[in-house]
Amino acid sequence: MNEFLQHLLNTLILGGTYALLGIGLTLIFGIMNVVNFTHGALYTVGAYVMYLAVTALGLNFFAALPTAILGGLLLGAVLDLALLRPLRGADMDTTMLVMIGAGIVLQSGTLWLFGGVAKSIPTPFPDAPLQLGPVSVSWLRLFVLGAALVLIGLTYWLINRTRLGLAMRATFQDHDTAALMGVNVRLIYTATFAIGSSLAAAAGALLGPVYVVFPQMGGMAELKAFAIVILGGLGNVTGAAIGGFILALAEELGAGYISSGYRDAMGFLIIIAVLIFKPTGLFAKAERIG
Amino acid sequence: MTRPSRTRQLPALALLAALAALPFALGHDPYLLNALITTGIVTIAAMSLNLLLGFTGQLSLGHIAFFGIGAYVSALTSLGFDVELFGGLRVVHEPWPPAVGFGLAVLATAACGYLVGRLSFRVRGAYFVIVTISFSEVVRLVALNWVELTQGPLALTGIPPLGLWLPGLGTTVLRTKLQNYYLVLAVGTLCYALIGRLVASRFGRAMRGLKENESLALSLGINATRTLTLAAVISAAMAGAAGSLYAHYLRIIDPDVFLFSTTVTMVIMVVGGGKGTLLGPVVGGLIFGLLPVALRPVMVPEAQWMVFGLVLIGIQFVMPRGIVPGLVRLVARRRPAAASSSPVPAEVRP
Repeated sequence: MNEFLQHLLNTLILGGTYALLGIGLTLIFGIMNVVNFTHGALYTVGAYVMYLAVTALGLNFFAALPTAILGGLLLGAVLDLALLRPLRGADMDTTMLVMIGAGIVLQSGTLWLFGGVAKSIPTPFPDAPLQLGPVSVSWLRLFVLGAALVLIGLTYWLINRTRLGLAMRATFQDHDTAALMGVNVRLIYTATFAIGSSLAAAAGALLGPVYVVFPQMGGMAELKAFAIVILGGLGNVTGAAIGGFILALAEELGAGYISSGYRDAMGFLIIIAVLIFKPTGLFAKAERIG
Repeated sequence: MTRPSRTRQLPALALLAALAALPFALGHDPYLLNALITTGIVTIAAMSLNLLLGFTGQLSLGHIAFFGIGAYVSALTSLGFDVELFGGLRVVHEPWPPAVGFGLAVLATAACGYLVGRLSFRVRGAYFVIVTISFSEVVRLVALNWVELTQGPLALTGIPPLGLWLPGLGTTVLRTKLQNYYLVLAVGTLCYALIGRLVASRFGRAMRGLKENESLALSLGINATRTLTLAAVISAAMAGAAGSLYAHYLRIIDPDVFLFSTTVTMVIMVVGGGKGTLLGPVVGGLIFGLLPVALRPVMVPEAQWMVFGLVLIGIQFVMPRGIVPGLVRLVARRRPAAASSSPVPAEVRP
C-alpha cells in the first residue's frame, strides 16, 4: 500500500511536466495544424539553457528557469518566422517534413556543441528528502511540481483571460473569420508557436535537474508528448493537461508492477490503444480551446 | 496509362548497367564496396517506403520497424533460440538455413504490414504518422528488453551469411563483399521491377486515384481498404527482405536497427529523390546513402546529420517534388515533344 502511495506521489510530480509538454504541443497543433517535430529538440534546448545559465553564467537556479523559458520562446518565434510562415497553406506532410529536418538540425547541433556526455545541473535544494508519513519526496521534485502547476495556470489565464488568448481561440475556431474580425492571424501563429515552444523548454528545464541533460533526451520526450496529446484529443488543452497525468500514472504503475524496461513503452501502447478504440481521444469535443 | 514502354525504361537500364560495372571501376575497394552494399540495402527499404509514401500518400514514419523485424526474424531463424514464454511454455528452435530465414522474414513482415494497413484505414493524417512511430518504438523496446530472445543490447552475433542455390552450380555461401554487392543489386532490381509492374497495373491506378481524390476514387468503386492494405503488405515485405539482407551481410544486429534516424534517412531518400516516381528513391538512395562517405573526411557525424536536416528542409522549399521530377521537367522544357516519354509514371492528370 505504501508502495502504491509512493507511485501516486511520483505520478503527480512527473505528470505536471508531462502536462506542460502536452499543452505546448496541442496548442500548436490545434491552432496551426502543424505536427511539431521540433518539440523534443526544444525540450532539450530548454534543459541546456538551464544548464548553461546555472554553470557558465553562474545564475541563481530560480533565475535560470525563466531564462530557459525565454530561450524557448525566442527559438520558437525564430522557427515559425523562418520555416512555418513561408509555408503557410502548404499541406501537413510538407510542414511535418520541414519540422523533422529542423528537429534533426537542433538535436545534432546540441550534440556537436556539448558532446554526448550527460551533464547534471546543480540545484540549491537539500539532498535529504521530505518525509510525509509513509512516503518521501525530494525538495527538488516538489519544486518541479509547483513550478509546473504555476505554468499550467499561467497558460490557462493567458488563453482564457487575455486579448491574445481571445484572438488565439478565435483563430482556432475559424482563422478566416478571425482575420476578417481584425485578428492578425500571422502574428497569432507566431505567438502560438513561441508559447508552445516555451512550454516544451520549461518542461526540459524542470526535468533536466531531476535527471541528467543529454542531447538525445528530447526524442523520447517528444514521443511522450504525442501520446499525451492523442490521449487528450488533438487541440484539446484540458485533455492534454489530464493526459499528462494519465501517462505519468501508466508509466509509474507499468515500471513499478510490470518491468522498468517497459516504462517508456507505456506511452506507445496508450497511443495505439486510444487510436484503435477511441481515435478522437478520451475527452472528445475539441471544438474549442481552453 | 499503359505499361511503361522500352524507351521509358532506358534511364533505369543505364543506371543498372552502371551499377553492375561499378565494383570494377572502383577496383574492389572494400571500404567503398561496404558503403555501396549498405546504401543499396537502405535504398531497397526506401523503395518500399515510396510505395506507401509516394504512391498512396500515407506518411509512414515507422518503416524501420519492418526492416528491423525482418532482420531479427531472419537472424533468429538461422541462429535458433530457446525461450520460456509466460506460463512456463518453453519454445526451442533449432537453427535453419539462412535462406529459410529470408523467406520467413518476408512473410512475418508482410503480416505486420497487413496490421498496419488495416490501421491506416482507421486513422489518417497526423494520427497515422504517430501510430506508425509508436509501433516501431514498441518493437525497439521489445528487442531491447526481451534479452532471452534477442540478447538485448548485447546484440545477436555470428549470424550466418546467406547461401544462394543456382541450378548446375549448387549452393554458394555469399561471404565476400563482391558477392553481397551483386546479391543486393539483384534483389534491388527485382523490387524495382515489381514496383514498376504494380504501379502500372490496375492496382497502381487505384492507389494513385485514392491519393489524388479519395471520394472520387471511392465513388468509382475502388476498394480503399483492400488497396491500402495490399500496398502496406507489399511495402512491408520488401522492407523485411532488406532487413534480412542487412542481418546476413553485417552478421551482427542490435536494437539500434530500429532507430528513428534510419526512417528519417529513408524519408530523405524518397522525398529528395522524388516521391511517387520509380527512379526517385533509387537516385535519392544513392545520393543520400553515399553522402556520408563524401562528407566523412570533412566533417564529424553530428555535422553530417545537420546537413541531412538542412537538406530535408531545403528540398521542401526549393524542389518540393524531388530531384528526379525536377530533372524530368528540365529535360521536358528543352524538348517539349519528349515530355510524354518521361521515365517517371506521371501522376494522374485531370
